[in-house]
Amino acid sequence: MTNIAIDERGYYGRFGGAYIPEMLHANVEELRRSYVTMMGDPEFRREFDLLLRDYVGRPSPLYYAERLSKHYGTNLYLKREDLNHTGAHKINNTIGQILLAERLGKKRIIAETGAGQHGVATATVCALKGLQCIVYMGEVDIERQAPNVARMKMLGAEVRPARSGSRTLKDATNEAIRDWISNPEDTHYIIGSVVGPHPYPDMVARFQAIISEETKWQLREKIGRDYPDAIVACVGGGSNAAGAYYHYLNDERVRLIAVEAAGLGVDSGESAATSQLGSEGIIHGSRTLLMQTEDGQIVEPYSISAGLDYPGIGPLHAFLIDSKRAEAISVTDDDALAAALFVARQEGIIPALETAHAFAALDQMNYGPDDVIVVCLSGRGDKDLAAFSAYLDSEPLKPA
Amino acid sequence: MNRLSRLFASKQKDILNIYFTAGYPTLDSTVPIIRSLAESGADLIEIGMPYSDPMADGETIQESSSVALRNGMNLKLLVEQIEEARRHTQIPLVLMGYFNQVMQYGMERFVGAVAGAGIDGLILPDLPAYEYERDFRQLAERAGLQVSFLITPQTSDERIREIAGSSTGFLYVVSSSSITGGSAEISDRQRAYFNRIERLNLPNPKLIGFGISDAASFRTACEYFNGAIIGSAFIRSLAGQEDRVAEASREFVDAILQAEIR
Repeated sequence: MTNIAIDERGYYGRFGGAYIPEMLHANVEELRRSYVTMMGDPEFRREFDLLLRDYVGRPSPLYYAERLSKHYGTNLYLKREDLNHTGAHKINNTIGQILLAERLGKKRIIAETGAGQHGVATATVCALKGLQCIVYMGEVDIERQAPNVARMKMLGAEVRPARSGSRTLKDATNEAIRDWISNPEDTHYIIGSVVGPHPYPDMVARFQAIISEETKWQLREKIGRDYPDAIVACVGGGSNAAGAYYHYLNDERVRLIAVEAAGLGVDSGESAATSQLGSEGIIHGSRTLLMQTEDGQIVEPYSISAGLDYPGIGPLHAFLIDSKRAEAISVTDDDALAAALFVARQEGIIPALETAHAFAALDQMNYGPDDVIVVCLSGRGDKDLAAFSAYLDSEPLKPA
Repeated sequence: MNRLSRLFASKQKDILNIYFTAGYPTLDSTVPIIRSLAESGADLIEIGMPYSDPMADGETIQESSSVALRNGMNLKLLVEQIEEARRHTQIPLVLMGYFNQVMQYGMERFVGAVAGAGIDGLILPDLPAYEYERDFRQLAERAGLQVSFLITPQTSDERIREIAGSSTGFLYVVSSSSITGGSAEISDRQRAYFNRIERLNLPNPKLIGFGISDAASFRTACEYFNGAIIGSAFIRSLAGQEDRVAEASREFVDAILQAEIR
């Protein structure tokens, strides 16, 4: 039995840590000292659980997808994070972090967002708690995820465009970090994924761990054992995957499948398949795998999915992939679009483009007819209708 | 003797440290800028290694870094340019960059290359203290490189003492928790922070940076510490001066120093 755990400096093996300038130290240190204690406080736990139940709508169902199972010749269960309030797993983390921010006495919340799901989830909890909310979002993403921009504004958040670099998630993260450096006292930075300096990767993973906590008892009810043979999740930074894996990290009966965005193809130069194209380095305060040049300059990634368009992965995933505990699979834009359409017509569920990558990975996996596979259905696809419509117009349709 | 040590032994007040991004505004600007700053009376030069994602820097330095990278600047070329500059001047030179650049180059190879080219000190703002002590300090000391660390108004007294102990060079006092290029005015709160640092009686020379942009803010900063670092304001003054970086550098230093004499 392995023991995958973070050490006191925030490392999983050699990945993780906190590579930050001194300007961020006081804030990050304050979080590091307090997050475990606060999260263990029964009052915190009570409020967190209550909000997850009555506000988010948890537990999210574990749904046996009959037609898809038949098609793939195995047993597929979908963990329905798309049914959460705001439409994705992201809210599990923002509920947790807003309660922390409140206890730390912070009045102003900042966040970065790619697909806009984390931005919406942050704007939502800020409205819920009456706190000021500023969301940094790449200019490119503001265009391709317009519905989520409108939702954030509706919720009272200010959306600030990130105009540097590739004008996507990486650059939005840089801008958010800069904001925090300039506003160290009244501001809490709600990072949306298991990335960034320690303690963020561990803290976000713990908030998302509710996904696998529920999966365990739901599987026991449905199949009489509390573990699947495999869990499939998409990985940008990797927060839904971290949550879906969390309680199975040390259970080697369970295969962990991490699905990355290949963009136009792993070798096309337009990709975000970090585990294949990346090497060890530092991004956003964490030692992990990232796409970079020989000189250590960070490379601009590409994926049709704004949530997977990130040149790094969380240090937990770097460790899992490096140690062969998790298997990485990459999926192209086209395969993800086709999978989204297929799932929509097989099950009546329109998945987010990010999640569609996880479904597409089923075509590349080996499994048997008696296997039980959990796919983390991390988000719903309403935000991606423009991309889906363009695809429908361009592709000759085959009957499903 | 390290050129930085020699400087701090001979001069305790009004030390002018100018920062620029290597490769900005043009790929060949490095040598003429260094020579001109040295001849015009700057005491110390901080050379920024351009980085794609400079977390601790403001827009001006990020933009200059993007231009420098587009111009083709890289560490190998920079080392050659520093060697060339060293044929003309003995001004202390400090290299500032992000740890990922050093990691990819290889720590030992990096330290050897830059010390060999004539660099005297390093600033790596995202290198954690424990990792520095474990992996880097000895390498740097053996190569004769002094390493400077940053402190900010949020840094506790205890931590300032630790950081000062790790700093083998000057202590980089961040004037306020703002990114580079911010306001130049010094508030009561900043004054209290400066006094707090002074009361700690640290042995390190102290240079103040962030938000120092002109003669007035330079003079004010020098009342509290051994000198000051000007970065973003100098980079802004180089914009559009591609054909006359040496003249623009001299004019900038003149404006700071002549106003000081008046």
